[in-house]
Amino acid sequence: MNTSIDAFVENFASQFDETPMDQFQASTAFRELEEWSSMTALVIIAMVDEIYKVKLTGNEIKDSTTIEDLYQVVIAKVNG
Amino acid sequence: MADFVIRNVKFAGLASAVPKAVEQNVELQQFDREEIEKLVKLTGIERRRLSGNELTTSDLCFSAAEAVIAKLNWKKEEIGALVFVTQTPDYILPATSNILQHRLGLGSGCLALDISSGCSGYINGIITLGQLLQGGNIKKGLLLVGDTISKICNPLDKSTYPLFGDAGTATAFEFDEGAPDILANMFSDGAGYDAIIIEDGGYRSPFNEKSLEQCVIDPGIERTRKDLVLNGMDVFTFGITRAPECVTQLLHSFKLEKDQIDYFVFHQANKFMNDTIRKKLALKPEQVPSTLANYGNTSSASIPLTITETLQQAIQERELNTVLCGFGVGLSWGAVYMQIAHAEIADLTEV
Repeated sequence: MNTSIDAFVENFASQFDETPMDQFQASTAFRELEEWSSMTALVIIAMVDEIYKVKLTGNEIKDSTTIEDLYQVVIAKVNG
Repeated sequence: MADFVIRNVKFAGLASAVPKAVEQNVELQQFDREEIEKLVKLTGIERRRLSGNELTTSDLCFSAAEAVIAKLNWKKEEIGALVFVTQTPDYILPATSNILQHRLGLGSGCLALDISSGCSGYINGIITLGQLLQGGNIKKGLLLVGDTISKICNPLDKSTYPLFGDAGTATAFEFDEGAPDILANMFSDGAGYDAIIIEDGGYRSPFNEKSLEQCVIDPGIERTRKDLVLNGMDVFTFGITRAPECVTQLLHSFKLEKDQIDYFVFHQANKFMNDTIRKKLALKPEQVPSTLANYGNTSSASIPLTITETLQQAIQERELNTVLCGFGVGLSWGAVYMQIAHAEIADLTEV
């Protein structure tokens, strides 16, 4: 498993169908993306479960603003 | 961990009933068209059956019970236990199982029991009725399982309303010495009690002057404190974790192999969640039947309704090894291994 921020951003971005890849940076406020919805959140939870083998809660997603915020939550769990 | 071995109890038959009224999700005017199309694609739920104001869960289960009793030619005086699993009973009290005992014309010696359980309720019910029957004192029992969740969803709440449909089912079990063992496990975690909840109307938070105030929670999510709340993200995380876990534990505990199982019938939550669970268990799509497109999430009824709709013919033709898995409100979850042989599955009843 590649635990770098770049890999996480790429994994995050690949869950989207319509938003171009170049719109995803570590600093992207993901909930402001037009394609983001509560359903996208489920897809992100499933991706994190499958690739990083850790569980995200609804509050952890709600409390994160940028992709990097979410990455920090995931990495803390991976290392925990 | 609670593992159950239920001996000498046979799954004799099953009937399922749904309301006649159908609602198509893409025709819901209260939600953004593009968003509802996305929701249908992700959840796989195209249409649902609605009970409306007249029909209750007990009406649906009553019809299903009459159908299975007729199919099996059971004498009503032989039925010694009626277990009714629902979250949408007729009244807060008395228990609806008593009402159903009388309405079905069962004897006064019939043990009648209500269980408050939702998406894991079929598993709860099989374990409870199985334990009652395996002693041999009671020869025949009915497990009536269903819900009319459409009644408790706010029509302006996209996180619940488009997902839930209504259904009632009746499964007949009988004491049968030498019947193959029914194997099961069941789990509970009340730490997640508020992930799926109706906040007001019980005795912790009684109905009050604020209970009917419509609140905007998020865009597309409006509800009152008398309506169902579903924390979709936490329930999703719960489902994709606990459902595969309890199925794996069941197979491991009882030394069963995946390829011995003809069908894995999961509670029908939504397509994305069910597909994720299936992939985590490395099951083939053809091993995992689904009725989400036509009925949505029918709570505790979803497993028996899916058996009626998708396995009726296979059960007529041959013996099936099945694993059933329910997960949801409570939170609670569990799985059952059951051989289904020479069982009578009635045609779907529309009420």
